[in-house]
Amino acid sequence: MSLTQTRPEETDQDPAGWRARLAGMPVLVRISVVLLLIIVFAAVFAGPLAPHDIADLDLLNRYAPPVFMGGGWSNAFGTDNLGRDMLSLVLRAIQVSLIIATIGTVAGAIVGTSLGFLAAWAGGIVDDVIGILIDFQAAIPFLIMALALLAVLPQADMTLFILIMCIYGWERYARLARSVALFAQNNGYVTAQRVIGAGGFRIYFHHILPNTMAVIVVNMTVNFPATILAETSLNFLGIGIQPPDTSLGVLIGVGRNHLYQAPWMALLPGAVILVTTLSISVVGDWIRDQIDAD
Amino acid sequence: MITRLLRAGLTLLLLATFTFFALSISADPALQILGPDAPPDVIAAFRARWQLDQPLLQRYGTYLLGILQLDFGLSYRTGQPAIDLVAQRLPATLALMIPTGLASLLIGVPLGIFSAVKLGTTTDRLIMTASVIGFAVPNFLVGILLMYVFSVWLGWLDPSGITSGLSWIMPMITMVSAEAGVFARFTRSAMAEVLAHPMHDTALSGGLSARLTLRRHSIPNAMIPLLTLVGLFVGSLVGGAVITENVFSWPGIGRLLVESVAARDFAVVQIIVLLIGTTMVVTNLLVDMSYGLIDPRIRDARRGGVPA
Repeated sequence: MSLTQTRPEETDQDPAGWRARLAGMPVLVRISVVLLLIIVFAAVFAGPLAPHDIADLDLLNRYAPPVFMGGGWSNAFGTDNLGRDMLSLVLRAIQVSLIIATIGTVAGAIVGTSLGFLAAWAGGIVDDVIGILIDFQAAIPFLIMALALLAVLPQADMTLFILIMCIYGWERYARLARSVALFAQNNGYVTAQRVIGAGGFRIYFHHILPNTMAVIVVNMTVNFPATILAETSLNFLGIGIQPPDTSLGVLIGVGRNHLYQAPWMALLPGAVILVTTLSISVVGDWIRDQIDAD
Repeated sequence: MITRLLRAGLTLLLLATFTFFALSISADPALQILGPDAPPDVIAAFRARWQLDQPLLQRYGTYLLGILQLDFGLSYRTGQPAIDLVAQRLPATLALMIPTGLASLLIGVPLGIFSAVKLGTTTDRLIMTASVIGFAVPNFLVGILLMYVFSVWLGWLDPSGITSGLSWIMPMITMVSAEAGVFARFTRSAMAEVLAHPMHDTALSGGLSARLTLRRHSIPNAMIPLLTLVGLFVGSLVGGAVITENVFSWPGIGRLLVESVAARDFAVVQIIVLLIGTTMVVTNLLVDMSYGLIDPRIRDARRGGVPA
């Protein structure tokens, strides 16, 4: 669609107009992008940046306040109820939360889109079974389903937890992919492909998938912050990642019990979640607007 | 309609099957509860008592028959019927969810209408920014921040449990902030679409006042797409209640669910998951049926009358 239209302001060097769009980015979106870059930087370099080991207990130095509440620089973000360094914990938590959200979003998109395509391609009983699974998933809130699954895992470790997060939101991708594929199947270009003898896989991978991408990307911008929300919520409830490892949700869940003695234990990771989710939703809105404008 | 009912029934059967097998296959409650060091005869006695020594399919049959008679088994933790434990906790949850649901509707929908009428103005942008913040920030974080300000800092409100009528303030703000935001945003887009419809201009040019046009024509039409949101709303209200109850130590089923998951008390987890699933399925069914009641065009189309 955008390829056939030519806009007056477009130059040959910038066919999709992205350079102009980036230049026209509102201030709020720019700030959000910078904040997100800082957070991603913190996640990638959490190990080298951390001043202490997150497993280092220092029982003589419990509840040390952060530097802006009268503490010292050796624990700039203060310490927790076990004397662990909060700055190191928060860095590790950002890393864990972002890894889970990224893997969860990408895996959910792949699983959901594949199932949606499979339903559209196979039709018949396969379509019915996938339809029932979609209904089933939509009928029960993810949080409840995840709690039921986590109840049965002997000792929830990181891999299992990530696997559960991969289920999150698959049904929306499946629904979108199925309807786009069904629509495309009755479209001239797919019939043309079939007439010249292209196989199902080739048609889907080379022709229908690119047409589905915009819808999937839009859904991913909604799904990514929702995955962070779901992950931090589960870990806030204390069911998920187990100590000594941590995530933003774990830190706030523990911090809740020490809100009177050491409010920074919950408020610092809370501020990180606040900044992250708000920035993602501002940037996500902007990206959706740009895609919708096409 | 019959296919819809069948499909709803099938979803529930799947849900019951899922919870049964998920909870039975992957972990041995005897080891979970007694610990790995328990003597073999104690474990054997535990298994016999809870009929864990019977074949899986036989237990599945017993379980399904039990559900039909509202018998969900006993709690491993307390030995009471699981349904009694849930029934004790249910009133507290409803006492939180019902006012929260109503407040979210009563705040979110008018804000959305107002925003659509003022489309593009600063008021509109302020309302939308507030609603984005409301649903982008996780529930538990809003709860913790409220608790920090009102309990730790100001010392005005009790941070946990139900101690007085004031106990509702923080949990309700926590949940409403998220739900009302979703309603406001959705109502705004539905309403903006209706306002752009020529019908709106026709009513105005016929001499109807702006207020009456809104009340009689635009608002009723904008409410139809809102019905779609009800199913999602009940789901997110349930999820929100689980989180919020745990933030504020509210004695409801959300807290019971998390306690039971932590203690591997399967019978209780099972009944709560089934209860929530049934609520969702029934809600969606009711929403589907009420389209016809609310919108005469859909009703006529279903009866095979004049197509919409």
